[in-house]
Amino acid sequence: MTGRRNTELGLMLMTVVIVCAAYVLASLGSESRIPANIIPFLVAVIALFMGAHFAVRKLAPGADPILLPTVTLLNGLGYVVIAGLNEKLAAAQATWTAIGIVAFVLTLWWVKRPRDLERYRYTFAVVGLGLLLLPLVPGLGYDAGSGSTIWVKFGPISFQPGEVAKVALAIFFAAYLADQRELIATSQWKIGPFRLPHPKYLGPVLIAWGVTLLVMFYQKDLGSSLLFFALFLVMIWVATQRTSFLVIGGGLFAAGALFAWRTLDHVKVRVDIWINPWKTPSGDGYQIIQGLFAMGFGGLTGTGLGRGGETRIPAAENDFIFAVIAEELGLFGGALIIMAYLLVIGSGLRIAASTDQVFDKLLATGFTLLLGLQAFIIVAGVLRLLPLTGVALPFVSYGGSSLVMNYVILALLLRISDQTSKRSMNRAASEVAA
Amino acid sequence: MNRNIMKLGIVLVVLYVALFAKLNWIQVVDKESLDNNPINTAKVRRDFNRPRGSILTADGAVIAQSIANPDTDSEFKRMRVYPEGELFGQSTGYFSFRYGSSGIEKQYNDELSGSTFDQQVKSFGDLFVDRENVGNVSVSLRKDVQQTAQQQLGDREGSVVALDPRTGAVLGAWSWPSYDPNTVSSLDKAIAETSWKTLNAAPGVPMRPHFYQDRYFPGSTFKIVTAGVGLQTGKVTNTEPSYPFTNGYTAEGTDKPIMNFGGATCGGTLPEILRVSCNSSFAEMGAETIGPVDMVAGAGSFGFNSSVPFDMPEPAKSVFPTNVGNNQPKLAMSSIGQNDVQATPLQMAMVAGAVANGGVIMKPHVLSEVRNVQGEVISTYSPSKWLTPMSPFAASTLLDDMVGVVKSGTAAGMAIQGCQVGGKTGTAQLGTEPPRSHTWIIGFAGPPGKPPTVAVAVVVLNQSGGSESTGGRVAAPIAKAVLQTALAAQGGC
Repeated sequence: MTGRRNTELGLMLMTVVIVCAAYVLASLGSESRIPANIIPFLVAVIALFMGAHFAVRKLAPGADPILLPTVTLLNGLGYVVIAGLNEKLAAAQATWTAIGIVAFVLTLWWVKRPRDLERYRYTFAVVGLGLLLLPLVPGLGYDAGSGSTIWVKFGPISFQPGEVAKVALAIFFAAYLADQRELIATSQWKIGPFRLPHPKYLGPVLIAWGVTLLVMFYQKDLGSSLLFFALFLVMIWVATQRTSFLVIGGGLFAAGALFAWRTLDHVKVRVDIWINPWKTPSGDGYQIIQGLFAMGFGGLTGTGLGRGGETRIPAAENDFIFAVIAEELGLFGGALIIMAYLLVIGSGLRIAASTDQVFDKLLATGFTLLLGLQAFIIVAGVLRLLPLTGVALPFVSYGGSSLVMNYVILALLLRISDQTSKRSMNRAASEVAA
Repeated sequence: MNRNIMKLGIVLVVLYVALFAKLNWIQVVDKESLDNNPINTAKVRRDFNRPRGSILTADGAVIAQSIANPDTDSEFKRMRVYPEGELFGQSTGYFSFRYGSSGIEKQYNDELSGSTFDQQVKSFGDLFVDRENVGNVSVSLRKDVQQTAQQQLGDREGSVVALDPRTGAVLGAWSWPSYDPNTVSSLDKAIAETSWKTLNAAPGVPMRPHFYQDRYFPGSTFKIVTAGVGLQTGKVTNTEPSYPFTNGYTAEGTDKPIMNFGGATCGGTLPEILRVSCNSSFAEMGAETIGPVDMVAGAGSFGFNSSVPFDMPEPAKSVFPTNVGNNQPKLAMSSIGQNDVQATPLQMAMVAGAVANGGVIMKPHVLSEVRNVQGEVISTYSPSKWLTPMSPFAASTLLDDMVGVVKSGTAAGMAIQGCQVGGKTGTAQLGTEPPRSHTWIIGFAGPPGKPPTVAVAVVVLNQSGGSESTGGRVAAPIAKAVLQTALAAQGGC
């Protein structure tokens, strides 16, 4: 157990050094001087990330040692890039990082066993759906300029309730499927040639899922819709091990996508600029083209931190932060980010595979997918591999709600991992005793 | 369930590998074409807020420089100005935040911004000294030559190129319509955008440096190439063959003769047919005396169908048709600079230069040297050979013949008192009614009995008239004035 924590400590120290060095380099790159606030910065970074590490040491000593350092690196690099873009945003991002780490520690402290969550499945479902609908309440929701009405404002604080909803609904799905998966898998409901699970068993999740998709789609939040669709499909597939779900789901997705492309202007625009952004280089295609220019200009080794021309890319600190990193750090930096997410995915799925608790397994799979697929969706959009659907790059993009909730996800993944290693220790101990 | 989790892992890894592959594609494979996209301002942006050197002419005029932005609230600390405006617009090009850069600004961007390897190494010792590490680029272009060309051409469309045939240094390169790069390079978004749109829509494409990016029918000036190829292959001398006196030449495989201007009768040996620019004789020379294989190879040796090693962005290739092997009528037409022959004014100046420089074409260039802000020379352009289309003997023969054209032929208007001047006119008819033509003249001048020191090409587009004398009447005075100015700068003949 301490071995794992010492590994983590070593990796954390390395990450902190990398992030601080990057911060200094970025300042040298853009202003040709050592940042004036380097000492407070150093103290803050060490306090925050080392605080997170010691919290894990205390609260989840058996947890996976890779995830936290990897996430720290993503968060730190993201901060450095945001600081190069806009100092005001950087200050806000620092605050959100602090809140995220507090949320991380609180989650670890509060959720001692994952199955504590399982019991509140319907609470999570209701809370999740409620939060999702919040922006539709007149006077509360607003569009922050992205074309999606996904923000809510309470006094001075605005946040995206959808980010919280994603986590709550993933917990609900995992709990419900863990409970009902055998029934869903074995029940038969014949419609023509198809054998579907009986709706009686699938009903609640189908309703939650359908409502979610409808709402996200209505809010024009295409990225989240796609993410959520895939999340549900994969979780039910892993739970029931019936491939027919993937086939049916894939078909539904194709039909839905085709329909949306044909009938909805904002979807059609996304597809059009994906197929050929060069038709409207200063209109709809502007963002994606400027992103391509930036990445191309970065080349193999990049222009250097703080030396990007990123101000030309709309939403550079958010959806397009990957393009900025790939410009400033080149192919090497872009590959680093990609590999970091692969590490997150690998660690997350290993946690899922190691546990023998069905709920834990499903929850870890769902959370890993939330992080890994969300990163894929936005990076693929920026690279023009898929149509661009705006979602945040987890842990890297500017944005409070998503950062905080991702730290909560991280805490829960570590909690599951810690439980698994505790159980296997106990088992080993009892075997020795016997 | 773990099997499905593993499958999920594999799928995610595949997706991420696809990301990595696409990232490679963008940042490595596609990098160059993205960087060179005309609407990509990445390179300019990198340089825009840094110090940037000036561009100076050989006679000391500043034609581009960076000055402090008078608007201190602006995000840009510096602005780029072009004190000579449209006079050097097509040479300097623009340096625009919105539209990237062109011309010398683009070609010598690294030197101007101080980011060549040499400059970086040399400035390494200055790491802790607050000194602008930029290069001032001196070019071979001259303001006086440029002004003469501008005045002489007036508001007629066309181009004037003058170069030193001994080095390939371009002394003057004026084309009309031109433009003022101050407008496009303006930091004011509205001014830059409006002028960009206006200039792109304007007739004659003012922003294109016509003198090396536009091609025209060279007409009879191309006969110098045909004669040069004939002399070089030994198939033609000043005495042999003597072409029949006739009013037209009919190639094999056609019954449509190539007529002499105004149906005149002409013929004889090379010096005679060159003086009067005899179509029938040169058509026969190319089609029969020289033949397709040598004609295509010979035109190539003068630079046709080759990329031009000019130190300005995207020089156009001049063209001589290569599918003339079984097509004698086409070869005959091509030998007098018609049919599919197309040449840039720069190319035709190099043809005249080849004759003047003992048969050698030097690489054309505008760069002279780069100096740092302390005035020390960082790099100097060293001239080098490009092509050798003729032996010194063939070249000197043709030089004498071209001098003959000025002494008592169609290019008499180029003659300069006390100087040795050679030339050749051209009138490329556009097939309109009433007749209109591109009128040409190419030539060279220098002290008597010595190798000429200036070569010139002039084309004036779309002039009324279609006779061989048109080229002499319209273009010769321009060429003469430009030669005189350039010679005066060299100390006269």
